[in-house]
Amino acid sequence: MTIPLSEFMLLAPEIFVLSMACIILVVEAFVGTKLRHISYVLSQLTLLVAALLTWNMLDTERVVVLGGTFIHDPMAALLKTSIFLITVGAFVYARSFHTSSGALRGEYYVLGLFAVLGTMVMVSAHSLLTIYLGLELLSLSLYAMVAFDRDSPVASEAAMKYFVLGALASGMLLYGMSMMYGATGSLDLGEIAQALSEPGQNSMILIFGLCFIVVGLAFKFGAVPFHMWVPDVYDGAPTAVTLFIGSAPKIAAFAMAMRLLVDSMGSLSVDWQGMLIIMSVLSLALGNVIAIAQTSIKRMLAYSTISHVGFLLLGLLAGTTEGYSASMFYAITYALMAIGGFGMIILISRAGYEANQLDDFKGLNDRSPWFAFMMLILMFSMAGVPPTVGFFAKLSVLQAIIHVDMVWLALVAVFFSIIGAFYYIRLVKLMYFDKPETQEPLAVSADMRMAISFNGLLVLGLGLFPGGLLALCASVLA
Amino acid sequence: MIDYSILSWLIWLPIAGGAALLVMDAMGNKACRQVALLVSIATFLLSTQLFTHFDSTTAVMQFQENIPWIEAFSANYHLGIDGISMPLIILTTFTTVLVVLAGWQVIQNKTAQYLASFLIMEGLMVGVFAALDAVLFYVFWEAMLVPMFLIIGIWGGPNRVYATIKFFLYTFFGSVFMLVALIYMYLKSGSFSILDFHMLSMTMTEQVLIFIAFLMAFAVKVPMWPVHTWLPDAHVEAPTGGSVILAAIMLKIGGYGFLRFSLPITPDASHELMWLIVFMSLVAVVYIGFVALVQQDMKKLIAYSSIAHMGFVTLGIFLVFALLDNNGSVEGAALGMEGGIIQMVSHGFISGALFLCVGVLYDRMHSRQIGDYGGVVNTMPVFGAFMVFFAMANSGLPGTSGFVGEFMVILASFKANFWFAFLAATTLILGAAYSLWMVKRVVFGDIANDNVRALEDVNAREFVILATLAIAVLLFGLWPEPLIEVMHASVNNLLAHVSVSKLPVPETGVALLNAVQP
Repeated sequence: MTIPLSEFMLLAPEIFVLSMACIILVVEAFVGTKLRHISYVLSQLTLLVAALLTWNMLDTERVVVLGGTFIHDPMAALLKTSIFLITVGAFVYARSFHTSSGALRGEYYVLGLFAVLGTMVMVSAHSLLTIYLGLELLSLSLYAMVAFDRDSPVASEAAMKYFVLGALASGMLLYGMSMMYGATGSLDLGEIAQALSEPGQNSMILIFGLCFIVVGLAFKFGAVPFHMWVPDVYDGAPTAVTLFIGSAPKIAAFAMAMRLLVDSMGSLSVDWQGMLIIMSVLSLALGNVIAIAQTSIKRMLAYSTISHVGFLLLGLLAGTTEGYSASMFYAITYALMAIGGFGMIILISRAGYEANQLDDFKGLNDRSPWFAFMMLILMFSMAGVPPTVGFFAKLSVLQAIIHVDMVWLALVAVFFSIIGAFYYIRLVKLMYFDKPETQEPLAVSADMRMAISFNGLLVLGLGLFPGGLLALCASVLA
Repeated sequence: MIDYSILSWLIWLPIAGGAALLVMDAMGNKACRQVALLVSIATFLLSTQLFTHFDSTTAVMQFQENIPWIEAFSANYHLGIDGISMPLIILTTFTTVLVVLAGWQVIQNKTAQYLASFLIMEGLMVGVFAALDAVLFYVFWEAMLVPMFLIIGIWGGPNRVYATIKFFLYTFFGSVFMLVALIYMYLKSGSFSILDFHMLSMTMTEQVLIFIAFLMAFAVKVPMWPVHTWLPDAHVEAPTGGSVILAAIMLKIGGYGFLRFSLPITPDASHELMWLIVFMSLVAVVYIGFVALVQQDMKKLIAYSSIAHMGFVTLGIFLVFALLDNNGSVEGAALGMEGGIIQMVSHGFISGALFLCVGVLYDRMHSRQIGDYGGVVNTMPVFGAFMVFFAMANSGLPGTSGFVGEFMVILASFKANFWFAFLAATTLILGAAYSLWMVKRVVFGDIANDNVRALEDVNAREFVILATLAIAVLLFGLWPEPLIEVMHASVNNLLAHVSVSKLPVPETGVALLNAVQP
């Protein structure tokens, strides 16, 4: 089988990121300590160029290339662009973290780039194998990143947990995929969809396969009851890594769900809809309730992630284009809020002291009104209070879910978001109503200051003018 | 007509002013205060244009602005006001000026943020009253919580954190269900326009559920018994300015919500569930009146009195159904509703004034306990006069604005049902009892202790604030005509709307019609 060169053009961003990651790895190994920031600069350039390349491909038509393993469509272009841009932000925060913790490590960026490559492959996968390939590339990079701080017992424990549970989930996913393959005789998502839409399928095998695939997906999302790893990994990993895990991979997980559940198993939607309803309600309930009991901010945000995943699943399970675009909007904006939230944790960390307790935010308004205000925006956005983008994310999901006559589910969702509001405003309370425990001024580098401000204002700005992004999300699915 | 987008100016000028204050934090408190005062006065003067250019002969939305905002939801940036929202907007801008003045010397801690919160709050509240798009309305409605949350939490009393979190969660709880109802109606009507919602035809079940969703949002905001418990806490802990804004305007937003949403969108459900609202209102008037009587804390007393007075508002608004049933005429029913709206405006002045009076005392003695005072009139004669006057107005003395609204509502309830009127009229006794008894214990009598002996009378700033309010209370008490006039057309239009059923034509009827046709 020969592949025309033009097909490779569609893979330009992937090829570019891969080669740059390899180059940076080599550069990193050879430059002296003085020039170590070069890998950071190169990584950021890579991401920006890749974002530009992908953005230009937004208007192209849906094509399946490389023998049916790789798909390029507007959704992929939009999701990849957002992954790049989110990761740029994540890297800025990560650099600040590495500078203040005294270890500037180029490997972080290399691993990050490989993880990004993994997410790209997942986003554009059009075959069960490609999905698995992307997923493993992402996961392996993440395992290594979590274990980065090898002297820390907590981080090692987190990495171990993540690895063992992640391997288990991958196994489940693979098992489900093999059943699908057995039932339909193809790995190609398009052909699977074709085969499933024909009557006379053995529904037993399909449901079994679907179950395992959904479990694998749920693990990647961190949806209840497959969420056990989330708090431990978020808490144990260095903040710079947590920040990364909480952002881009969520977008990739959304893409994976779209490719697997919607594109290829759309005709089984009645079955996976029920599963997603259970997971979504459980995630909303457990995430929001348990988050209240946390004293560590990273754990709190971990449970908050779980509840946000519950919301995101709501859009997916609506089973309409409207719902998918609502979920996509949710995934992108959540990633934006998540890097902002974790970025703030890095910001208030001092040299040699890694902030991870809620109390570290006490009296932030006295120490720095501007950053307190940024965190205020982020928290209210996560709580879904307008005029922030978090509100519109929730609004569009709710609208999609009510449109398919599942008003009760919308009521459940808003009920739990009231509970959720409590722990977000508790953080605002700590920042604004309490006295600071230390008067030490915040040492914030210029790029960090700019990144956080941009991030916070973007959350507010997209809340005032959400129309563009909403329309974009709807148009790429149309 | 005005050829610039005045409503946008009224919303965004204070918000921009507030943002500017946050930035110019470093320039010192004095500069911040002056800028805040300037912005608030400018906004107020601008808002008077609404009154002078208002066409009171029509019920059509005026000063409309409509530009596309979020095309994905077909939500528009649609503003416009009628005779119901216009007085409330002016009340908002007016009160904000007084609040900025009231915090002049008292707030020394984070002054810029304090003033900014109030200015931003002002813009958001005007936005709530002016929004004609449900998404826009909801955005303003919820965003309003954020500055208030901070105002109570940062500058409040000792138990402020509990009070402010309770406030936030209560109101948030109420409003999210309204959001679900709004989305539901959007999907039915295809747009988020509130005016389109008014035209929507819905079955009784739908109407009742939507009515209940709205009730949760607005009853918490008003607040109605039994979801009123956040108010005394919030009022007691809030700084004076916060209490004033809460009592004078935020509570009105609940009443406004009933008028703009519940009544015209779900008239049949409102009719059906009228008994519930009337019951809750009467409980508020009678029971909360008794609760107010036994309060030891002045702010708490006024807070409970607010709940009782707002009970009058909801009573007046929902009496229209009983009146429409009894005599079927729109004109007769207008009495109760207009009484309710006048009561809202009047209560804005009076409760604001009373909270400011307590603020004046609190700034001097740092106590709100009635027991700590006594004989204040001996050392503060001017202040004593004001406080007595406002307490009289609060108990509905003829000649003050408090009388007009209460009288109209009681009159309307007589037409509806004798027992409604009987219970509602107890407020005249209870209101007088708790207001005047408080005045008696605080203002009159011998000087109670040395602290009271050392009190100084109101200074020029406080005098201006209280005198302005006193004039307003008197003016609307003696001459309420302009206020009634601007709202008359809108109220009649609303009533005409309400008296038409929104139930879909029964399908059996349609089937019969089709069968008859050849």
